[in-house]
Amino acid sequence: MTIENLQENLIEDFSFFEDWTQKYEYMIELSKTLDKMEESLKNDKNLIKGCQSKVWLNAEFNDGKINFQADSEAIITKGIIAILLMIFNNKTPNEIIKSDVSFIEKIGLKEHLSPNRANGLYSMIKQIKFYAIAYSKK
Amino acid sequence: MEFDVKNIREDFPILKKQINGKQLIYFDNAATSQTPTCVINSISNYYNNYNSNIHRGVHSLSEEATEAYEESREKLRKHFNAKHKEEIIFTSGTTHSINIVSNGFLNLLDENDEIIVSGLEHHSNIVPWQMMCNKTKSKLKVIPLDKNGELDLKKFKRLISEKTKLVFLNHVSNALGIINPIEEIIKISHHYDAIVLVDGAQSAAHFKIDLQKLNVDFFTASAHKLCGPTGVGFLYGKKELLEKIEPFMGGGEMISDVTFDKTTYADIPHKFEAGTPNISGVIAFGVAIDYMNNIGFEKIRDYEDKLLTYATKKLKEIDDLIIYGDVKNKTSVISFNLTGSHSYDVGSILDKFGIAVRTGQHCAQPIMDHFNIPGTVRVSLSFINTFKEIDILYEAIVKAKSMLS
Repeated sequence: MTIENLQENLIEDFSFFEDWTQKYEYMIELSKTLDKMEESLKNDKNLIKGCQSKVWLNAEFNDGKINFQADSEAIITKGIIAILLMIFNNKTPNEIIKSDVSFIEKIGLKEHLSPNRANGLYSMIKQIKFYAIAYSKK
Repeated sequence: MEFDVKNIREDFPILKKQINGKQLIYFDNAATSQTPTCVINSISNYYNNYNSNIHRGVHSLSEEATEAYEESREKLRKHFNAKHKEEIIFTSGTTHSINIVSNGFLNLLDENDEIIVSGLEHHSNIVPWQMMCNKTKSKLKVIPLDKNGELDLKKFKRLISEKTKLVFLNHVSNALGIINPIEEIIKISHHYDAIVLVDGAQSAAHFKIDLQKLNVDFFTASAHKLCGPTGVGFLYGKKELLEKIEPFMGGGEMISDVTFDKTTYADIPHKFEAGTPNISGVIAFGVAIDYMNNIGFEKIRDYEDKLLTYATKKLKEIDDLIIYGDVKNKTSVISFNLTGSHSYDVGSILDKFGIAVRTGQHCAQPIMDHFNIPGTVRVSLSFINTFKEIDILYEAIVKAKSMLS
């Protein structure tokens, strides 16, 4: 599926929620589905600075696609990571670079985008795009 | 006059605000206190009626503004019981004040000197001293905490010596609300001729402070934690000390004579008030002090103690909730975690209930390291809060716990 299709699916999933509790519960569920990150990858190099809870993001480039691994100490942040990886994992650098991130606003998680939230969503998206730009030059 | 929280809340327009469809419950008073209408009005009144530069113009507006500004200094002197009006220096807040002192001592220290800070400090009371020690080659020593998070006085007595020139500590810890035994620390420090700076950012809003009785050398607090505006604070220093230290900010207002060869500094307090200050903010600070005095600091303390006792008891009913710094001598702050949950998660869910708390390290990483935790949820209560709000907090934490487990 393209990044655009994945985003549309996600927006549809979120449109069924009636209030924030259901949304948060869904994100907490998603956090549990995230592939376990290898402990050795939770190092300073992969630590995203400026987050209130620790967030680690690792990227590997295989067969023209970027494979991300990520984790966080906070469960809601981890749910956000799961959403991001659902969208951006195993995509080509060009797909990621061209992608629009307005889906965040559409699923009602815009509040997590402000830099003040320091929850890493803003920094994570930036880091994902950085990796894509770096690998696009390889 | 009886303490009537319902009436008092009417003075704070922000309390009518809805957050996420819920009535705002403001439990982040230790970061910034809310602002009563009289303080807000004093700011607009300044800009509507006598906005002009102080200490300079001969015109009437400037006179009026200067008078109001200096009246505020006198209000602070009186409230904190400083001996002289000029011992009160207006700053942009405690961080600015601390930097005046740390920079002021740059030329007075060398590699044989030591300075002591407490282990309960906010970053703003650690970083300036580290910078100063790097420049002067003097040594920085830290008063350790005991297992409850209180300062270990026995160890302090072993740290201090004739080499100690300065001792810095906060009156109340911002992360835990623990009240430090500053009276004793000042006495011990003076025995060794060490100068003491107390950061009162977290104490001045909760009880009345008598600077002469404390016999403290330097003291500082910020207006925005005392119902005043942001970006204003003061530094108190004993006259002879303020006269001794060099100002670190040069500019207008702080000089008496300038040629291109030499500048002669103005007398205190102007020596430390370079440039045009936050005039409306300083005036509003005075109004805020009046407001709190009208309610009465004893009544405030008494009510806040009741809130704290109630909230502590209530929160302890929740299984797997750990309170840090749960000691007898503290202000109305509860710093806690739910076992197995990150403070960020708990804070995010509380926000959905319209409850404002602080989460994370509270700019006090060494304290978090002491307890070996990445952060806490900090509920800081003040006299504008109610028992009912604590009940709502309790319900919200229970809900957060069930969502996160």
